[in-house]
Amino acid sequence: MAVDHARVNPELEFLTQLDVAPGRKTVLNCMQCGMCSGSCPLANAMEYPPRQMILHARSGYLDDVLKSPSLWMCIGCYTCSYRCPRAVELADGLWPAMRDKAMQNGVQPPTEVRDAFQNVFKYGNALGQSPRKRMGWAEQLDVPVRDLSKERAPVEVLWLVCDYPAYHPRNRVVTRAFARILTALGIRWGVLGNKERAIGDCEQIFGEEGLFESLVEYNRELFGKHQFEKIVLLDPHSYRSMERFYPRFGAKYPVEHYTTFLAHRMDQVKALLTRPVEATVTYHDNCCVGRRCECYDPPRALLEAIPGVKLVEMAHNRGDALCCGGMWLDAHIAAHGGDRLSDRRIREAADTQAGVLAVSCPFELSRFEDSAKVVGLEGRIKVRDIVELLAESMDLGEKETP
Amino acid sequence: MKIAVVVRQVPDLIEPVEIADSGKAVDLEGAAFRANEADDLALEQAILIKEKFGPSAVTVVALDFGDIDNTLYAAAAKGADRIIKIPYDQAQPPAPKQAAAMYAEVIRSLGADLVLVGTYAHDELESTLAPLVALKLDLPFVGVVRGVRPSADGSIATVFKEFPGAAVAKMNVKLPALLGILSADEPPRYVPVSRIRSAMKTAKIEEQEVGAAALTSVATIQRLHHPAVGQRAEILQGSVDQVAAKIVSILREKGVLK
Repeated sequence: MAVDHARVNPELEFLTQLDVAPGRKTVLNCMQCGMCSGSCPLANAMEYPPRQMILHARSGYLDDVLKSPSLWMCIGCYTCSYRCPRAVELADGLWPAMRDKAMQNGVQPPTEVRDAFQNVFKYGNALGQSPRKRMGWAEQLDVPVRDLSKERAPVEVLWLVCDYPAYHPRNRVVTRAFARILTALGIRWGVLGNKERAIGDCEQIFGEEGLFESLVEYNRELFGKHQFEKIVLLDPHSYRSMERFYPRFGAKYPVEHYTTFLAHRMDQVKALLTRPVEATVTYHDNCCVGRRCECYDPPRALLEAIPGVKLVEMAHNRGDALCCGGMWLDAHIAAHGGDRLSDRRIREAADTQAGVLAVSCPFELSRFEDSAKVVGLEGRIKVRDIVELLAESMDLGEKETP
Repeated sequence: MKIAVVVRQVPDLIEPVEIADSGKAVDLEGAAFRANEADDLALEQAILIKEKFGPSAVTVVALDFGDIDNTLYAAAAKGADRIIKIPYDQAQPPAPKQAAAMYAEVIRSLGADLVLVGTYAHDELESTLAPLVALKLDLPFVGVVRGVRPSADGSIATVFKEFPGAAVAKMNVKLPALLGILSADEPPRYVPVSRIRSAMKTAKIEEQEVGAAALTSVATIQRLHHPAVGQRAEILQGSVDQVAAKIVSILREKGVLK
């Protein structure tokens, strides 16, 4: 006999009517096994670890969970969802929906999150930079850039540069290298110049559904004005968002993260990899291209194609990779006794004896470089984006590496 | 309790501040605007009073300048009951004395018990707005306030006024009064974008004309310029790396770094 859950807990409608991806299930399927709490890298610092969040919410105590700092401890690493034996949609479904509901009820998000939301709403980027300076990365570039906001033209690849690659000084080195690689591959590529705005993945994970929707609306209209065969991104978060959440709003595009995009052109890429890069490299699977999309081989194939590179694996790799610690929650997590995950991860990378930690997500360069300094590994291990290593082997990198 | 809040638009410092060709004003052509920070805090204080001290109505009064509509809708989403804008079609904001006359005319018609105005604005060149509005309205004024607690009957407000050296005076002010707000009991709240979008559909911006305030400025600007380099200052030039290296060498030279 079907149980009338709604009679027991009026919030069950909220808990069960969330949009879930094909193959994923709602929270009613949770059997309280505790896999999520056991897998969560920050559960030890939470008042309500994931399993308890579900238990309390299902038992009519959702409000207590919404007011708890635990709600803002999740950095979206997706390990709970990935390992859940009942395939419950947690990191991309329940946690964002709970945060959205908390904010609708007047709960204030942590300061860093609030600032990022406000920056994205007002300026279209989380860094709070002028939208007019979005193309600053290309100022010292030695290959031509087709800025489609100035000159509309059909392109093979519409490259969405995204916030960090466009603005962050450390990431701009990678951005310029990618521009040179695309050019060297003979691809007709273009960017949206100062018209580009955030895609909204972090906004969605952090529960700002209204902000995410406004970004989707803006981007759908913007992309509709241009002709392209494919969208390519350096940022795996934005990639994942366009692949998984944009179609919900009727915004469906052929989209690829740069790792798969380049791996699909391996013959052409290999032909350009002429200079050896003598290094032992370990690769950090980011949470979007990794666990969320289970795309583990293309980044490794690219690294192994570089002459001189010896690839070694960390203890936690592929689906079990430790998260870098994500964005915007460092102060909140530290205030509640949680570890800095990037510190843990850089130690693990150094344990492999690798001289280079390779990444494929723009958030990770500065995170891991900071952690290397904090834990005393600066000089012992370098953090490089795969793009930088490819560019070095293609002789397309910048002379001064930071 | 009827609370009125003045919210001004100021140039957003996300864009460089350029001096207009006249040499007497900031070039606002293509400038980005935002709500003045202290006014945002005044609004937060007003909403907190509304939430904590019983039935109150908060009215936001603003000039039609800059990006004011979005600021007003955000205020409505935060809990303002009325949002009023005063038509204004000049390229430059009015001088404080003229602005004070315009705000005062609208606030007088509201019969407010408590008027909150940010104690500073980063584009104010001449004088502060808050005392000038108080003067126009003939209201008692306390500036540099960082907390307001109205009495249960709404006849007085206990205010916390900050003095240099972090000294704080606690004083009782008879209402109606005008307070210059430095900070609120809480930081300005975040409202989800869905609420702002919904306010854009449901909240109504009232327009209230005011009589032409033919007031001239107390002072006229002769010349606006960037700060001149003083004799003891050294401005470091070059790329980020060059400047960083220079800073390190100066710190070493002065014995701060070994």
